[in-house]
This record gives sequence, C-alpha cells and structure tokens, in this order.
Amino acid sequence: MTETLLSFDDALAAYDPALGLEVHVELNTASKMFCGCATEFGAEPNTQTCPTCLGLPGAMPVVNATAVESAIRIGLALNCEIAEWCRFARKNYFYPDMPKNFQTSQYDEPIAFDGWTEVEVDGETYRIEIERAHMEEDTGKSTHVGSTGRIHGADYSLVDYNRAGIPLIEIVTKPILGTGEKAPLVARAYVAHLRELLLGLGVSDVRMEQGSLRCDVNLSLAPAGSGTLGTRTETKNVNSLRSVERAVRFEVQRHAAVLSGGGSVLQETRHWHEDTGITTSGREKSDAEDYRYFPEPDLVPVAPSREWVESLRASLPEPPRERRARLQAAWGFSDLEMRDTVGAGALSLVEETIAAGAAPQAARKWWLADLARRANDTGVELSALGVTPAQVAEVQALVDAGSLNDKLARQVFDGLLAGEGTPAEIVAARGLAIVSDEGALGAAVDNAIAANPDVADKIRDGKVAAAGALIGAVMKEMRGQADANRVRELILEKLS
Amino acid sequence: MPEISRDEVAHLADLARIDLTAEELDHLAPQLSVILESVASISGVAGADVPPTSHALPLTNVFRDDVVTPSLTPEQALSGAPEVESQRFSVPRILGDEQ
Repeated sequence: MTETLLSFDDALAAYDPALGLEVHVELNTASKMFCGCATEFGAEPNTQTCPTCLGLPGAMPVVNATAVESAIRIGLALNCEIAEWCRFARKNYFYPDMPKNFQTSQYDEPIAFDGWTEVEVDGETYRIEIERAHMEEDTGKSTHVGSTGRIHGADYSLVDYNRAGIPLIEIVTKPILGTGEKAPLVARAYVAHLRELLLGLGVSDVRMEQGSLRCDVNLSLAPAGSGTLGTRTETKNVNSLRSVERAVRFEVQRHAAVLSGGGSVLQETRHWHEDTGITTSGREKSDAEDYRYFPEPDLVPVAPSREWVESLRASLPEPPRERRARLQAAWGFSDLEMRDTVGAGALSLVEETIAAGAAPQAARKWWLADLARRANDTGVELSALGVTPAQVAEVQALVDAGSLNDKLARQVFDGLLAGEGTPAEIVAARGLAIVSDEGALGAAVDNAIAANPDVADKIRDGKVAAAGALIGAVMKEMRGQADANRVRELILEKLS
Repeated sequence: MPEISRDEVAHLADLARIDLTAEELDHLAPQLSVILESVASISGVAGADVPPTSHALPLTNVFRDDVVTPSLTPEQALSGAPEVESQRFSVPRILGDEQ
C-alpha cells in the first residue's frame, strides 16, 4: 500500500504542524525497577528474571532507590516540579511482553511535571514545554517467528523477559507549536538535546541503537493560522535521530495529503519502517480509560523530601547549553563547527579526544570529517562506532610526530574498525609508518626525476609548480608512506 | 445514582478477555449497577475531611538499594511455560489480539 503524500513545501504552506514527543529512557541502574535482577544488555535470554518480573503469584515489588533518584534528577534537569507525593499505577493490558498483564507505571501523579527546556536549530532557540516525566518499567522483548519476521504475518512469538522490569523514565512534551518547516529538525534537535542532557546526568547509556532511548513521535496538522490542533497520530519506536526527522517529515506530508483531499486523519498509532522511511497504520489508539489505571496496591507512595530534592538539585552537572558555550570558547570553534559537532553527537567524543592530548581542530576533523561518515555508512551512532577518543588522540599524536600523514592515518582507522589492535600495533602490522629513511626517499626521488625528464627540466627552469607531478610519482613508489613536504624539499634540492 | 450500561459491561468484559454470552450480560449488568450503588453510598458517608485511600498503611518511601540479587535459572524461569523455544517463552501470534 502506498500512501499519497503532498510535497513538504505545499504541506507547510497550507498547514501548521504540532509536534509531541514521548521519549522512553532506560536507566542504567545495576538492578531492575522493582526487583534485584541484573539489567545487563545482551545477556542470554531469560537469565535475568525472577518471580517479581515474571509476574508470578505472590511476588512483591520493591522500588529501586537509585531509579527514583535518577528520575528526580532528570526532572530537575528539565526544570520540572518534583511531586511531594506520588503513586505508581497499574496500566492494564493483555500483551505477552508483560507477563503480569499490567505494566507498573505512573498515571495522574508523575514524579516530575511542568518543566521546560530549550533547543537550538539553525541558530534559533525553541522552547519545549515538558508535560511530565514519570517512572515505569520496561517490557519484555518479543521475536516474531513467521514468514515475514515482523509482527504482521507472524505465526507465533518468542519472548525474553530480561528487559521486563528495567527502570524506564517516560518524558512527554506538551504540544510543540510554531516550528513550521523546521518541525522535523526541531524534533531531531530535541531528542539529540535530551540524549546529551541524560548522558551528562549519567543516568542512562542513551544508546538509541540498543533501545535505551526510544522515541514516539506525535504529529498533527491544523489549517495555517487557525491556532487549533488537528487530529494526531503517534508513530512508535522511531529509534535514531535521523529517523525522528524523517518520520516527522513523512507524517506531515501524509497528513497534508489526507486533509487537502477532504479526508480526516484517523487517530491511531503508526509503525515506522526504518528501511523504507514510511509509516503504516498500527492500531486505533486505546482510550486511557481502556487501560483501567488504578493505584498500585503493592507499592506505597513515593514522597521525596524537599531536602533530598534540593541536595539532588545542587549536584546537577553543568547544563548542556552552558557546557557548549564554555567548550566552544575553550576550543575556538566557529558557530558552524560547534553546531556540526553537537549535531553529529560528537561533543563528548571531541572533548575526551582533546583531553587525551589532541589539538581541538584535529580532534574535530577526525570525528566529523572521517569517523562521522563511516558511522553514517554503517548506520550506527558515532559513539558506538568502536573507535575511542584515546585512540583518535593516539593517531593524531603519530601524525604530529611525523610518523603518519592523514592518508595513512585513515588506514589506521580502517584497522581500528576491523579490530586489528591499538594504533601502534596497526601501524606496525600494516607497515604504515612514514619512511623517514633519507636514503630510500632519495632513491625514489632520483627514480622519479629519471622517469620524467621533461618535468625535471621545467623545474630546473624555475617552474616549481611542476614539482607536484614528481611528488605524486615518489608517493606512489613509497606507497603513500612519505612526508609530502619532505619529498618536495628533496626534489627542489636535487634540481636547483 | 451510578449505573453501568449493558454496553459498558460488554466493553469491560472484552478488555478483561472474559467471554460473556448475551444472557450473562443481561444478568450481570443490573447486578453490577447494584454493587456500584452500594459502594457509592459509602462516598456519601465520607466527609470532605476524609481523603480517598489507596493503601491500608500510612507508609511512604519504601525503597531497596540498587543491588543485584541472584535471578532464577532460565530452566526455572521457563518451567511454567506451556511452550518454550530457543530459551524463550513461545506465545500465540500477537497481532489481532493487540490492545
């Protein structure tokens, strides 16, 4: 089924988009939200379960204190009010990802509410109002077995409950209005901003590719200038920054086509298809009352003392905006360089690379010009590429010492990504170091001069620019492992 | 006076995965209405100074430290599963039954 789409520009000429983002963050606690099971990612299936997270009769949950502390810190970092008293609630539904047949969540009493944060897109600041941040638990992981490998057309499903019960914080924005054509970028910038903020708080690994930060995108359109809100759709599990941007763009175009054709948008959840970049109809959205929320009788209320909240507030790290301003000044980056660095998710990587000894511009160059492209090619986040800031600093140190040039350094990165060891080991194993043996270099220069007598004559006549051809020949003979500046000097010496 | 309609009972039964016949719905809807009325009469007794209660004990902040404790073995965890495959719980197809 192909959806009719309106062009993005036409859609924005006729309609105002309203965004709403729901972000689920898996906390990085050692144990689960309500039991002592481990939370390690990638463990063998069903090895991190117990009667509580399997929902066995008689099992009693107890709240993880660190998870509550992280929830409060997230709330404070988002300028939220922290509830003086709040309860957990049961969200009842039948779906095998929760063996209890309910998810322990919070309903009308979230631990954090009424906050705000700001994101920047193309130099413009957008204020995002935070509706709430509440505590809940993650669900199990289903693998669908059948001809399609997807939930549609599956014959049956296999469930691993290792993830069931891992603490989750759901952060919900109020409708974000007034973004116009920037809606896809604002959505993306908000998720990137949250990721940076959460990383700074140290409360989550925020690895989108591992599902520790997941995003649901709500979108609606209203006639331009009407100041109303249209019917929204909720696109579930949009799990990369790029996909957040694409999903918003797709839904804007799809809604606009439906509305401009005289139709009405169905309030429903949509499935996001990473491979084709489209959404398809999921299910009609259940009314909240269909979940029959009620206060969780097995957990007593959470009432964070004001002393506790204030001590957590005092321990918050530097907010991302202030941190960016400080780092930009220290590194001497232009606004554009800084924006690209943040946009690529490279801020901390660049910071750590500089801390490990690299010059700011060199650190930026490797992460943004080279490694970001490789990460993009393989579809992983930069931080998950498999190259560490310490390694980048080590490669740059070899360049600074004249042992590598940029071209050879790129081959060292090839080796790092192929798991061939440390930069020094790769240089040795691949024989990449620049040859500083003047004898070998001199012989290669002599060969190049002998093979290109016409070029040599031009240089003797003072046409120094012609040296490039000889440098190329020498570099070829040296398999790139020569310092081009030194080669040039040698050529000019010999032909002067 | 609280009253629950036959349609509401049918909807709730559907949400709770209880298969009720037309006769059972006819029978249950008026009964549930009577129960709701009885419960509502308690609200009439409670004054404004009596807040709604969800927990029997006046406790808050019962927490545990974030410490890992031993889990079940996968064999133990899966011992009650009607069907097991690849060390996972095998469940009937999900879609069409999704809430």
